[in-house]
Amino acid sequence: MSSTTEAVLRRQDPGGDRSDPGPDHHPVAGSRMTPGRGGLLRRRRTRLLGLLLLVGLVVVAATLSIAIGSRSIGLGTVWEALTDPGVPTEESVIVRELRVPRTVLGIMVGLALGIAGALAQGHTRNPLGDPGLLGVTAGASLGVVLAIYLLGVGTPAGYVWFAFAGALLGTVLVFTLGSAGRGGATPVTLALAGAALSALFYALVRAILVSDTDSLDAFRFWVVGALSGRGADVAWQVAPFIVVGLLLALVNAPALDLLGLGEDVARGLGQRVWLARLVGLASVTLLCGAATAACGPIAFVGLVVPHVVRAFTGPAHRWLIPCSGLLGAALLLVADVIGRVVVRPGELQVGIVLALIGAPFFIALIRRRRLAGP
Amino acid sequence: MTLDAATTTLPASGTVRLAAESVSLAYDDRVVVRDLDLQLTDGSFTAIVGPNGCGKSTLLRALGRLLRPTEGRVLLDGRAIARTPTREVARVLGLLPQAPVAPEGLTVGDLVARGRHPHQSWLRQWSRDDEAAVAEALRWTDMADLAERPVDELSGGQRQRAWISMALAQGTDLLLLDEPTTYLDLSHQIDVLELVARLHAERGRTVVVVLHDLNLAARYAQRLVAMDDGALVASGTPEEVLTEQLLADVFDLEARIVPDPVAGTPMVVPVRRLR
Repeated sequence: MSSTTEAVLRRQDPGGDRSDPGPDHHPVAGSRMTPGRGGLLRRRRTRLLGLLLLVGLVVVAATLSIAIGSRSIGLGTVWEALTDPGVPTEESVIVRELRVPRTVLGIMVGLALGIAGALAQGHTRNPLGDPGLLGVTAGASLGVVLAIYLLGVGTPAGYVWFAFAGALLGTVLVFTLGSAGRGGATPVTLALAGAALSALFYALVRAILVSDTDSLDAFRFWVVGALSGRGADVAWQVAPFIVVGLLLALVNAPALDLLGLGEDVARGLGQRVWLARLVGLASVTLLCGAATAACGPIAFVGLVVPHVVRAFTGPAHRWLIPCSGLLGAALLLVADVIGRVVVRPGELQVGIVLALIGAPFFIALIRRRRLAGP
Repeated sequence: MTLDAATTTLPASGTVRLAAESVSLAYDDRVVVRDLDLQLTDGSFTAIVGPNGCGKSTLLRALGRLLRPTEGRVLLDGRAIARTPTREVARVLGLLPQAPVAPEGLTVGDLVARGRHPHQSWLRQWSRDDEAAVAEALRWTDMADLAERPVDELSGGQRQRAWISMALAQGTDLLLLDEPTTYLDLSHQIDVLELVARLHAERGRTVVVVLHDLNLAARYAQRLVAMDDGALVASGTPEEVLTEQLLADVFDLEARIVPDPVAGTPMVVPVRRLR
């Protein structure tokens, strides 16, 4: 409220607001008859341009991700490996069996995390909203720890289903607890239930890890969040969930626009609020659950990406959601490439790189402009 | 637009559009409104008044289908509102909660466009009708020039106009407003209420508004409904409802009632708080 008041104070000119046409005003003939027409077109053009730019960014990032690795392979050789299936050299195997699946997985996971972030911020009406806030990440972590501890599962492909089950358990519990109050599932009750359950799940995770060293060893490689060591099988396992989650997110966009005006207004405009919450939460669970299952918990993508995107899309979710997905994919790929380069011949996991570049980036973002809420 | 046109008291005849039938309302176990009956006729302009916590906003929420009665029912055009699909209700009945907040960066034009949601579906997206309704609503509320400005950068009075513009674009016959003048200075309060009165007088909207200010309620509404402690204690023209006795009983206020020198409606001049 206070930031809004400040904005009003800043904007108000003593001669009356009506006389101030604002910075974006272009006195177009006939603009009085069709208000906002020119502005709408201009805004649509900006958004379309942004969308195309993001697609280009993903293509560039994907190219880098295929071309650059801990082992230097010439661009010509990379191209040969991609286009000529005939000669299975050591290099072409690296490109085809390791780098391409890894890049595809990176795009999918980045897409999922970016979109899940936009949804989570929209549903909690909280600019610091993050898929983790809704208990998905904590649930997935618990699922993986239980799989390691009780069943001795030891590969990323084996973790996937348990991580997924944990993520599902997390969101279902958060939604049930968050809906228990008299007002149904509100942003506040969802966030509170998510925080409480996350704390409980992490406590259980720690209890197991403290008592069992073998589990700790296996778990610590999963928990940093990485794209490496996940083959094409992991990508195939999670792909259907990400696709369904993506479609649900797009379906959820108009409802999120209404919920942004407050639940009462949304209901007054004919929106069934519980249905919108259910669809949104299902989507977040599928997207974030699949991403976490595939790569372990990766922070910052879901938190930062929607903020950057909102700067040019505004609060319209039908733009915000796809653009967040694209930027998420580009960011994840770039971070992964950086991780392969900085400590050659070793690798820094993408989760660590993202935290390292994400934190200063987020601080810069806060300093540059006041954060726009969803 | 003269003041007289807005405040002319028409006889409250016509069909009943919205009705509360022995409605009880509660939050959890706390009963807020008990066994209340109220009928709102077509084309009427009603103000619900009462002291803080008397249940007037709660009643408005129930009338707008935001709160399900624990007993009794609310009827919209003779049909139980609780059993009417949300979207169908939203085509007939619009509502504005108290001090609504728009997401940062949302422009006035986009806010008003969202008012068209009940008229859209997956098959029928943004149409010419929607475009026309939004342009008309913006022009009618004098917001056309501000259509590209973010709502959060407007002054309080302009912001409220933007929200009313959204409700107008929704194109409903009935409009429920919960304290639309909250946080506004007096001249903007008048501005907003004039706009609502014009919606009633010129666009034939049936209006129910919760108001704190008795003098403004008496000036703009045709009918006052006074509530106290979850019950309806008086209903009628401002002259019938605003009596010195009622002010003493309901508001614990000793006051004189004099004719408003401008509009001729009853005006409350407080003397002192009783008890």
